[in-house]
Amino acid sequence: MPSNIFEAFSDPQLGRRLLAHLRELVGDEPMLMMEVCGTHTVAVSRAGLRSLIRPLELRSGPGCPVCVTDDSDLAAVVRLAKTERVTVATYGDMLRVPSSAGSLAEARAAGADVRVVYSALEGLKLAQQRREREVVLVAVGFETTAPGAALAARRAVERGVSNFSMVSLHKLIPPALQALLSPGRAALRGLLLPGHVSTVIGSRAFEFLSREFALPAAVAGFEPLDILGALITLVRAAKAGHPAVYNCYRRAVRPQGNPRARALLEEVFRPAPARWRGLGVVPDSGLVLREEYSAVDAARRFGIVPEESMPAPGCRCGEVLLGRIIPPECPLFGNGCTPGAPRGPCMVSSEGSCQAYYRYERGGELVGRRG
Amino acid sequence: MCLAVPVQVARIQGSTGWVRTAAGEVRVDLTLVPQVRVGDWVLVHAGFALQVLDEEEARRSLEEWRRAVEHL
Repeated sequence: MPSNIFEAFSDPQLGRRLLAHLRELVGDEPMLMMEVCGTHTVAVSRAGLRSLIRPLELRSGPGCPVCVTDDSDLAAVVRLAKTERVTVATYGDMLRVPSSAGSLAEARAAGADVRVVYSALEGLKLAQQRREREVVLVAVGFETTAPGAALAARRAVERGVSNFSMVSLHKLIPPALQALLSPGRAALRGLLLPGHVSTVIGSRAFEFLSREFALPAAVAGFEPLDILGALITLVRAAKAGHPAVYNCYRRAVRPQGNPRARALLEEVFRPAPARWRGLGVVPDSGLVLREEYSAVDAARRFGIVPEESMPAPGCRCGEVLLGRIIPPECPLFGNGCTPGAPRGPCMVSSEGSCQAYYRYERGGELVGRRG
Repeated sequence: MCLAVPVQVARIQGSTGWVRTAAGEVRVDLTLVPQVRVGDWVLVHAGFALQVLDEEEARRSLEEWRRAVEHL
């Protein structure tokens, strides 16, 4: 007997029955769907679901924040880290991502002060403790992470912490999906939508998917039952021709999201064009600090100018992020690019598809498809 | 960056809370969930509670899935 209702979402017995029902619904009709979120990618791979649900195929999308950060932005922060008196604070996954100017980890080994923080507020605290340093938070993440950074920006301004600033590399999921689908949704029959992003922006924010692209989409949680339940909903909708946004994560996601978090985002940031690895520049898909918060804008303080993108030769992360290829189809996968010695961000990040496939999906069939 | 599992709020002090995890109590910021009470289950991402989980909706989802597989 689970000690709380939420533990029941990993019940293996119900999971097996949902899987059987999903397979019964899919039958022998091949279908392509996409899991947008990196945390889903890992959950799906770890549970071994990809091979169990065939001929339903799940491809990963542009939902790993570290992976979609463009080489030009990364190179700029690596150069910033090498600036005198600057301390760069960032989330752990960013450290080892290679860029054309090296990685933050390499800059640190060469003497730069690079700190790993768990939250944006830790970055602010670091600035308050070390007033002699310029502490710059390299803020990556989607709508889930950006409210925390917004709060850090507001507190820094309120408290006059003049040695704190941030490089906002935040990105927004709906405009990215719009850009991904605009050339045509190709063979895609459904989208598994990110659960945590949806807790902030709400399931309503995805209604354009059914309206503009006639695509069924399901907001899902991260337990195996959540993913199976959402896939059942998607397959039913795809077969019946009922495109709509289905909220399959109702214990956490409300149609309007989290109004407090949305208001904070609106107050501190404004949407702006952003460069995505794989997608290129997408209008209104990034968040930059509003004029009122220019005091904490590192781009202004340090005059950061965008550099040219020069991704690692041979790295096909960009295509992986668009679901055009699966990781084993990249010639570098497991062959010069591994989690221990990554060539591209999708192999570095714990949410990256290449790392998830490397860890969990190296069964004979997938590796056999390497081209 | 996500704690994909829900955690229970053990203590609250202003906009700061402590949640129970396998590794002991962890401090989280509660600014984004002003309605939160001690004993609630929350979703935490990068140090911030993003949402209070709804136990009634959790029960409803499980019930829905159980019904969907009744015929098996």
